[in-house]
Amino acid sequence: MNVIVCVKAVPDPKEICKIRIDPATKTLLRCDVPLVINPLDKNALEAALLLKEGRGASVTVISMGPPPAETIVKECMALGADRGILLSDRAFGGADAFATAYTLAGAIVKAGEYDLILCGMASSDGATEWVGPQIATFLGIPAVTMVRKFESQEGAAWRVLADWQNGYRRVEVRLPALLTITRDLNRPRALSFSGILKSRKKTIEQWGREFLDLPSEALGAKGSPTIVSEMSTVRNRRDVKMLRGTIEEKADQLVGLLAESGVL
Amino acid sequence: MIDFSFTDEQEMFRKASREFAETRVAPFIPEMEKTGKVPPGLVQALADAEMLAITIPEEYGGLGLGYVARMIALEEISRISVATGMMLQVFALGIDPFVRFGSKEQKEFYLPKLARGERLATVAVTEPTGGSDPTGLRTTYFKNGTDYILTGRKCFITNAHIADTVTILAKDENDPKAFSAFIAEKGAEGFSATHEEHKVGMRGCNTGELSLEKCKVPATALLGQEGKGLRVSMSAIGDVGRGGMVGCAIGLQTACLEASVKFANERILYGKPISALQTIQNKLADMKIDLEAGRLLAYRAAALHDKGERSSNEFAVAKYFTTEAAQRAAKMAVDIHGGYGCMEEYAVSRFIRDAFVLGPSAGTSDIMKVIVARWVIG
Repeated sequence: MNVIVCVKAVPDPKEICKIRIDPATKTLLRCDVPLVINPLDKNALEAALLLKEGRGASVTVISMGPPPAETIVKECMALGADRGILLSDRAFGGADAFATAYTLAGAIVKAGEYDLILCGMASSDGATEWVGPQIATFLGIPAVTMVRKFESQEGAAWRVLADWQNGYRRVEVRLPALLTITRDLNRPRALSFSGILKSRKKTIEQWGREFLDLPSEALGAKGSPTIVSEMSTVRNRRDVKMLRGTIEEKADQLVGLLAESGVL
Repeated sequence: MIDFSFTDEQEMFRKASREFAETRVAPFIPEMEKTGKVPPGLVQALADAEMLAITIPEEYGGLGLGYVARMIALEEISRISVATGMMLQVFALGIDPFVRFGSKEQKEFYLPKLARGERLATVAVTEPTGGSDPTGLRTTYFKNGTDYILTGRKCFITNAHIADTVTILAKDENDPKAFSAFIAEKGAEGFSATHEEHKVGMRGCNTGELSLEKCKVPATALLGQEGKGLRVSMSAIGDVGRGGMVGCAIGLQTACLEASVKFANERILYGKPISALQTIQNKLADMKIDLEAGRLLAYRAAALHDKGERSSNEFAVAKYFTTEAAQRAAKMAVDIHGGYGCMEEYAVSRFIRDAFVLGPSAGTSDIMKVIVARWVIG
């Protein structure tokens, strides 16, 4: 069984407050915030590693990003992935979800046969939730989004539980398929020293546009139909309002304030 | 050209250690502070995370990593809990004599178990008469047939009550100039952990006394050559013990700075965060300068050791500087927090108590100066 996991290098969510917006280009300035594996992609990788341990699956990690993203592919290999591929090329720069999915789909085809593709449900920076389903569309395979449990796996016939608004869906899907994973599926394992040492022998494959043999006009900013019209920083401020009156009056005022601010 | 950067692999060690400390160690802190006891789950967590295996050679079930990797782990763990960093560093102190001086049989028997945390180790040198001058110790041994009989009392021994295997330094009853190191096992006849200390800081890291009342150990318990025990115990303390304290100190310095920056950015005074005040900035800058200098000293000494070069003097310099700097940082962190710094719910109140325990551990600052002066004078 070959499992492919798509991972994204994102700015560390713990240090997200340091990130600034370039008002001219409307892009994010990372400001030395370190790159980490997108948190939900860790759940996707964990699911793949459990399949490796339980069914002898081979796990390939594919990431698209600038050269520093190599560190997160290396980290995936230290966690137990067998093969790591970094898609890095200036031609890929400025890609939106659509162009990213197109490039990743091209890389998946190039990587060889696959039975299952796993993605995190969303990235912590873009949070569109589109890349996974778009990869499936480009590859012509079924996709199930927001998977929270693998209920049964009988050959190529899988049954999964997936979130749906305030409830869930029970979905039967035939492999090869793409699943996007929520944090409820598992608890990602921690990086271990011995895992890091084992990854010394593993090399990362670096693929560019020429190797993928994809048309430049479909890649990066050129291949991105999304137009960012505006970006702004949401500022959180604390404000104190003293309520006066009887307890009943204060309760009424509080309910009014909460309703006014959109909490209720 | 000197390369001051960490390798990608070392950065991953840091990431793994930080994640471990934040997710597995931090939850134990309230219990440690409240009871002063070592939570059994914490030791298991350290073993599960392979923290006890770092310096043990691969052929004996360890990771075969060096002192830079160990320093990284200690720094990250002590950033969250100095008590846990101290406990861990002394486990490595207990392991070192086996690695350097153990016979093949001793290594094969002990090291795999120590790597897995099935046994825990420490070293017992200090006595009521002192620790930095081991020639003044009073614990004695004599040979009785094929056994050795040890008598004496050891104090201020980290991990005294949780260690299964203790390297004991004792002097020959018949030749006060001959010192030997012995392995004493928990449960051995005449060997017991007695008084448990209640320290002002590093609560939850066990410190106590060991009693040896005609404790009988077999000839196979002799570690290194008979009469050469000072080398066994002091080389462990000089590099592993002092190096470990340096890791604890830079971790605490980092914690003090991070807590202070966070508080200074949130606390509003005169309509602005107090980080806008020069007097606060001055303290933060001092803490950062001390931290940068301390880390350079720490990792230089560790890198020298990994290259197989002499590093005990460099560790003495680093130990003096970083533990003093940690005390300064903790004082400034409490000052920046104002009244909140005196409240137990703020971590800086723990930092200042922990900082004062760093000083005397593995040799006081005055002793470090004696060592450095000897190095300078030659």
